[in-house]
Amino acid sequence: MNEEQFKVIEDYLCVKMPKEVDHHNAGGLSEKVDEFIYGQKINNIVFDFSGTEFMDSSGIGILAGRYKKLQCFEGKVYVINANRQIKRILLLSGIQKYVVIMKDE
Amino acid sequence: MNYILKQKINNRMEMNFEAFSENEALARIAVASFVMSLNPTLEELADIKTAVSEAVTNAIIHGYEEGEGIIFLRCRLRGDLLEVEIEDKGKGIGDIEKAMEPLFTTKPDKDRSGMGFSFMEAFMDDLEVNSIPGMGTIVKMKKKLGTQSWLEL
Repeated sequence: MNEEQFKVIEDYLCVKMPKEVDHHNAGGLSEKVDEFIYGQKINNIVFDFSGTEFMDSSGIGILAGRYKKLQCFEGKVYVINANRQIKRILLLSGIQKYVVIMKDE
Repeated sequence: MNYILKQKINNRMEMNFEAFSENEALARIAVASFVMSLNPTLEELADIKTAVSEAVTNAIIHGYEEGEGIIFLRCRLRGDLLEVEIEDKGKGIGDIEKAMEPLFTTKPDKDRSGMGFSFMEAFMDDLEVNSIPGMGTIVKMKKKLGTQSWLEL
């Protein structure tokens, strides 16, 4: 995981998601994001799926877990640039009740 | 043209691999490659890959609890019907009904969403889970492929 994967702008953290979001590739990602939440006073997280081609329920676990953590700070979790298949998985999981899925322009 | 496309293909594939998380991708790509001859849609491929990924991840995290073990993957094509079996010889599931409930997870601390079985059910046409505690688990999934586009021809 390179440094460009995470970008902090004010109290927003932008996370570039890996090409394949599964249990293997997502391992450690949550911990890294949590370090930012507590260490750099992040209130909102933007998960950028522009480079993601595959996701399973491991991705839902990451989003749901971060949402729970940010709730104490009244922060929000956003998803941007999700392709059709990833949107399908997000919608099927019901997570859109908690996470803001941004529409493409 | 129609005749050739509707020809029955019977094919079989088996593999087994270590319960390493690296092999989650190997398993789903193997099954996706296996059905390529049926000319599946991108959506069907994504569905199959997600379902296989869920079952293999379950075997690694829950079956073998991220320890050592072998995962057995068996695929069969009968015409346009895909059957996939994923077996582990791990700790098994005591209450299958409970395990299959959406959002139920025994590992919330590890950021598991509890959506694995729900996704397998949603993305495949049929799901059967057999398990004996202490012996292991077999997940059987079925999916009919290429139905829409073939029928329209």
